[in-house]
Amino acid sequence: MINFLANPERFSRVTRPLRPWLAGLFAVVLVWGLYLAFASPEDYQQGDTVRIMYIHVPSAWMGLLVYGLMGVASFFGLIFRHALADAAAKAMAPIGAVFTGLALITGALWGWPMWGTPWQWDGRMTSELVLFLFYIAYIALHASIEDETRAARMCAILALVGLVNLPIVHFSVLWWNGLHQGNRIETTGAILWPLFVMVAAWHLLFAWLFLVRIDAEILERRYRALRARLSYN
Amino acid sequence: MTLDLDMGKYAVFVWGGYGVTFVALTALVVVSLRAQAVRRRKLEALQQAVEDKR
Repeated sequence: MINFLANPERFSRVTRPLRPWLAGLFAVVLVWGLYLAFASPEDYQQGDTVRIMYIHVPSAWMGLLVYGLMGVASFFGLIFRHALADAAAKAMAPIGAVFTGLALITGALWGWPMWGTPWQWDGRMTSELVLFLFYIAYIALHASIEDETRAARMCAILALVGLVNLPIVHFSVLWWNGLHQGNRIETTGAILWPLFVMVAAWHLLFAWLFLVRIDAEILERRYRALRARLSYN
Repeated sequence: MTLDLDMGKYAVFVWGGYGVTFVALTALVVVSLRAQAVRRRKLEALQQAVEDKR
């Protein structure tokens, strides 16, 4: 399957019909999730601020997942020279950066009324900020190197180095004491359902945007290849 | 289930969070779709120029 989709033009052709379906499904699931988010009861301790959880937790989860996928793509690119690996990782980076940025901002907006401060340099918040900086560094590094092959190699190494941070983000609440709550959410179905639906919506959004962005990347590479061929002839 | 849109004293934090999320994700969608359209047009224009040359 991976080899079958290694051809960029074939990949675009095969995934093109999926894009409108993913966009439509995302819109439907998002509306459902938002309805559940504002129809669910408020938390007995946190009041209405618990509704921030429905965007904060999916964003934080997606920030980790997307970086993990970038790491896998970078590994395939670096070791197996997969034709689409770098394009995939490059397409994912801005999406992951936005999700991680949103996790930081919504976390601050949730923490402010609950903890009395929007920020503390505790393990979870600091490692999440480091994750965001890895995304920014990846995007900046790719943009700053003109040679495509060299940019792909350098960025793949950077992405793989950043993988070390993922378990730190996940286990930080166990390893260090801080304001951030633990990984487990002890609550009822009325609060869990909107969370699950919003997590599903964020997955669909990622899948749709990833296919759009990788298609744009493939088009750009085809343009550059054609121009180079013309100037060679 | 009825919708509860009155966030009381937490309105700034809750609506602020949803507002920032809406703006950021809308911008990401618009930028991604625009980049795809621009690159498709650029490639098609070059392919057309090659065809015209033949």
